[in-house]
Amino acid sequence: MNYISLKNNQTIALSAIPELDYASFLDLNLSSINSSGAHCVNYFGFPNAGKIKLICCIADDELHSIRVSSSVVETKQPLLSFTKHNLVFEKFEREIHENFGVAYKDHPWLKPVRFPSNRFNKKEGIADYPFFSIESEELHEVGVGPIHAGIIEPGHFRFMCNGEQILHLEIQLGYQHRGIEQLFLEKKKLLQRITLAENVSGDSVAAHSVAFINLWESLCNYQPTSDLQLARTLAMELERVAVHTGGLSGMCTDVAYQLGSAVFGRLRTPIINFFQKWCGNRLAKGLIRAGKTNFPFTNELGDELTKLFDEFEEDFEGMSEELFELPSALARFEKTGVITEEQAKTIGTTGMSARMSGINRDIRASHPYDLYAELKHQPIIKHHGDVYSRAQIRKEEIRQSIRYIRQLIQNVSLETDKPGSLSSPQPNSFTIALVEGWRGEICHCAITDEGGELIHYKIKDPSFHNWLAVALAMRNNEISDFPICNKSFDLSYCGHDL
Amino acid sequence: MLDNLKILFHQGKQYIPDVTTAKVPGIFRGRPVISTEKVNETELMELCPTNAISINPVCIDLGKCTFCGECAFAFPDKIKFTTDYKIATNDPKKLIVLEGLGETIELNPELIRAEIYKCFSGSLKLRQVSAGGDNSCELELNACSNVNFDMGRFGIEFVASPRHADGIVITGPITENMAEPLQICYDAIPEPKIIILAGTDAISGGIFEGSIALNRSFLTRYKIDLYVPGNPIHPLTFINGVLDLIKKRK
Repeated sequence: MNYISLKNNQTIALSAIPELDYASFLDLNLSSINSSGAHCVNYFGFPNAGKIKLICCIADDELHSIRVSSSVVETKQPLLSFTKHNLVFEKFEREIHENFGVAYKDHPWLKPVRFPSNRFNKKEGIADYPFFSIESEELHEVGVGPIHAGIIEPGHFRFMCNGEQILHLEIQLGYQHRGIEQLFLEKKKLLQRITLAENVSGDSVAAHSVAFINLWESLCNYQPTSDLQLARTLAMELERVAVHTGGLSGMCTDVAYQLGSAVFGRLRTPIINFFQKWCGNRLAKGLIRAGKTNFPFTNELGDELTKLFDEFEEDFEGMSEELFELPSALARFEKTGVITEEQAKTIGTTGMSARMSGINRDIRASHPYDLYAELKHQPIIKHHGDVYSRAQIRKEEIRQSIRYIRQLIQNVSLETDKPGSLSSPQPNSFTIALVEGWRGEICHCAITDEGGELIHYKIKDPSFHNWLAVALAMRNNEISDFPICNKSFDLSYCGHDL
Repeated sequence: MLDNLKILFHQGKQYIPDVTTAKVPGIFRGRPVISTEKVNETELMELCPTNAISINPVCIDLGKCTFCGECAFAFPDKIKFTTDYKIATNDPKKLIVLEGLGETIELNPELIRAEIYKCFSGSLKLRQVSAGGDNSCELELNACSNVNFDMGRFGIEFVASPRHADGIVITGPITENMAEPLQICYDAIPEPKIIILAGTDAISGGIFEGSIALNRSFLTRYKIDLYVPGNPIHPLTFINGVLDLIKKRK
């Protein structure tokens, strides 16, 4: 076998990952990715005895497994790129090039990803990003950012326009780079690492911390009790309800629909205030911990949540009905910022951005973790790939998540098993953890040395792939539709920049 | 039209009538109180993920604290987090909570520049810059202007252009890649102008302290007018801090 098949949250010996020569590594992963239901969840390199070891993880959604293979390459030897044959790999290879100086002979655009502090080529900084340009008297360029007009994270958008129409949008990121992956290695205390995971992206606190915790517990060979798993599943679904509701508010703001903006905005408040009642923080920081919980979910909290949803649903349904029948809003939503199924497959979008284009891709269903296997999750799929589909997905996922939460809190067991204590991480190991955050698939990978210390930590946020979808969705749209398009994807800058 | 009115009516009154006295729901971790109880202080100090706790005497630096509450779980008789959200101050010394005192955190009127009351007490327009912020403080700053907290009623608003702003609100630990844009934005704001640091990451670097990807030199060049601790900040902490800053005078 030239790859090893893993389950989600499985830890294996690093040496168990077959090491191939680069040509067979390329062939294997290109053929793996072409089978149905397969997509690349992570592909990264790390320094290994003066060379670079590449590890590629292809998830097979039908077999519920992840195929992991590796290859060791020299930085001086230019390689043939995966990207030439399949664009899904374009950003992974740009990242490998940027971090380690691995050269590619035939990568179509080997541009910087985020100008990390430990990049290979330090001669150029973030101000030197090589933008595409077209010479023409009819065209003009519009540069937006890195600082935007609202309270929002920084990123630079360069539009190439013909009049009001966008021909091409290029998105340059990296402004938010805080060196998180490196800090995972430098900060040795578990509490520091979970705090880092909570701070990867502050709108996905539950999702990133559950990914880290699931990975860490697997690495320490620890089996979480069912009440820990319940709390984690609940936190992730509550986060989805809160952020999707806020997302609908933002989308109403961007089409100047004030009533929707105010009502959805205020509906988010009781959900995040519930997090505060549960764990003392409106965004769930401090809630998820490895091998323990400081805030057990009680029946009183369950009753309060049921009451909260009874009130929430009435207002939410009333407002949704109004919004989705309002011609002036629908005129802005429908057929705006379209990503076709073919485009989505070509660039490998994940999460909501994949499901709105007809792709059945949802880790909760394909690689279930915590209590998702019991929930038998059925992903919500839309087919138009436009702003309207992205609004619809939010609305229906909110309803679905509320259903799941109601189901989960029916059997809160008062008798909590005493959780066992965490041992130390296994040496010379590789672990992969996948979760489906509200934005999409989050992948954390860790590698340990012979002492069980982390030697590499890799995070992939759904925004890593999905930013390209925003750029493609804008083509042939009016530049005035950019805010609503951008908000409808609602991608993370810091999750991308790390 | 009727549907809209029905929806509006059904929302009831959502705003918090008095943001200076409002109670936060649940177990919010605000200002900590440290007792004089004897505990293993070294263990307590080493527990903290961001070195916010120092000993002899035991104190917590709210500019470094991530409000994770782990110290209060490990040493419940020593440290308690109260729901007091008024923890913003203009004096870095007041960010340090000492054992046995239980003092509230206030602004030091002596340190407020005279032009702040003169120019901004009736209206304050702010430009927000996220410099490596994780979008949590940004979400809470947005929430300051929603229908619940409604900061706009005090004439405090966020504006799109630094040219229209009276000050800058910085979130995040200030990354190397944002150092220059931050400086350009600050330079574009007309004088007089204020600087507010929102969140633990901005005040001290938080969990990112020591990362080579940061460049915090901007903070050494200017006087900081307000520190708003929190991870993320609570909207009430921010609103009360800013109100105190523009209403108090020497």
